[in-house]
Amino acid sequence: MLSEAKLSELKEKARQLRADILRMLAAAGSGHPGGSLSAADLLAYLYFYKMRHDPGNPNWRERDRFVLSKGHAAPVLYAALAEAGYFPKTDLDSLRKFGSHLQGHPDMKRTPGVEFSTGSLGQGLSAANGMALAARLDGIDNRVYVLLGDGECEEGQVWEAAMTSVHYRLNRLTAFLDYNRLQIDGNVEDVISFKDPGSRFKSFGWNVLECDGHDIVAIDQAMTAAEEYKEGPSLIILRTVKGKGVSFMENQAGWHGMAPKIEERDEGLKELGF
Amino acid sequence: MGDKIATRDAYGKALLRLGAENPDVVVLDADLSKSTKTAGFAKEYPDRFFQMGIAEADMISTAAGLATAGKIPFASTFAVFAAGRAYDQVRNSVGYPHLNVKIAATHAGITVGEDGASHQMIEDITLMRAIPGMVVLSPADAVETEQLVYAAARYQGPVYIRLGREPLNVIFPTDYQPEIGKAVTLREGDAATVCATGVMTEKALIAAEQLAQAGIQIKVLNIHTIKPLDEAAIIAAARATGAIVTAEEHNFMGGLSGAVAEVVVRNAPVPMEFVAVQDRFGQSGKPAVLMEEYGLTAEAIVNAVKKVIDRK
Repeated sequence: MLSEAKLSELKEKARQLRADILRMLAAAGSGHPGGSLSAADLLAYLYFYKMRHDPGNPNWRERDRFVLSKGHAAPVLYAALAEAGYFPKTDLDSLRKFGSHLQGHPDMKRTPGVEFSTGSLGQGLSAANGMALAARLDGIDNRVYVLLGDGECEEGQVWEAAMTSVHYRLNRLTAFLDYNRLQIDGNVEDVISFKDPGSRFKSFGWNVLECDGHDIVAIDQAMTAAEEYKEGPSLIILRTVKGKGVSFMENQAGWHGMAPKIEERDEGLKELGF
Repeated sequence: MGDKIATRDAYGKALLRLGAENPDVVVLDADLSKSTKTAGFAKEYPDRFFQMGIAEADMISTAAGLATAGKIPFASTFAVFAAGRAYDQVRNSVGYPHLNVKIAATHAGITVGEDGASHQMIEDITLMRAIPGMVVLSPADAVETEQLVYAAARYQGPVYIRLGREPLNVIFPTDYQPEIGKAVTLREGDAATVCATGVMTEKALIAAEQLAQAGIQIKVLNIHTIKPLDEAAIIAAARATGAIVTAEEHNFMGGLSGAVAEVVVRNAPVPMEFVAVQDRFGQSGKPAVLMEEYGLTAEAIVNAVKKVIDRK
């Protein structure tokens, strides 16, 4: 159960992550703000409360794993890793620049704390399954978390992997769906009629929970319910707003893959209270 | 020479030994375990065998996830699915992060036979060798297969192993120890060099014998490692013999032919001929009939050698 003090700390972390996302994307001049901002509350919750990890020892064998399957949201992951101390926060300004360890999409070989190289959508859940299977073989009681995009679920491999998670009863694996309902070409439902992800995952055998993806208490309650379910994997559908926290980016598909200009960054930072 | 053994059978045998020796070795298959010969491992080590169903993309990325946690996954299916259908997963989940995943792909080439072109992979060498950092192995018989599977398990990084369906004669002695990246000289000669891989190595030896009877002595290099290619051996052979023929059960474009040509043109330009599939899909038929139709015979190698010598 989250204490009031912890909750306000996590809210502050989420606010910091959002600010760092704007700063690094403006410095980079390209990248993906919308789906990074929509996941900031989840990453604040995971990296500063839920996950068992040690920034001083990124390869600790018994750590929990987080796989950012929607790899284009790299800025929110980098912001969380820097905030947690995996590397200096000043590195964030080098995002997407030549020679930086912060590649346009996550690269596990370059960036400490990145658990899997993603970017080509649809592969993260499979990799997370592999991590969970390995932990089971090794008798390690860690947990594996994976964040999927809703547009990403158009990739067939997600559903191959969804079958695998259930087949192997991976009850220490939790998938989150960033259900912000937007993708590059517009509304997810207009692009390919991807409706009601909950019933789809349920029909594949998943334990499905749903909550407001910007309410950290609600995320924690859903996570508790997921942990209580021992029969197999759980999916937590996070009802989110793409671009959350920056009014002019919210619910705008155009901000999927466009960096803010300096004045837009400053306007966003002001809205966030910086 | 004893009984014929398919390289896929030798792979299955090697997996059993690896399973006993190394608890980190795990095996994945996509509903073809009886054909890829991983079924023996599955029976012996059920906890370390993962049946993934007909979902090759998922299999490759799952293998990658296992590798991030220190496992040594061998993922098996037919070559057409491993290298073709799951190319993006091999590239992005395995190749780019240079993970310790071994992809053992069986039923490569046209010797698949009756199943036809949809199952006859003639592009996998090209696809796999184009991925930075990928090791590409193509053994010529059961002995070499077994040893290269052990070598692949010892090597840290991604490896693609090209295996076949058809039983082959055993051409190497039981104490043979191939080394990843080192070509093997099977016969010395100065008129030309045949660089052969996989099922074509034995045919190259037969061709060399026929040519010798006609007074033409050729060198035969067995290229079991297509990447990293043994450039020094190829350059030396080009300089010593002045002509090179490649022989592979694969399209010549980007295959062993392309790989050897890339080295030859830059270092020791000599005439070359390619005994390979000439940019056509396969078709149904008995393997021997197909090998005849596609010009993958000892006779074709003999003719290619004569032609390349004429061009010197």
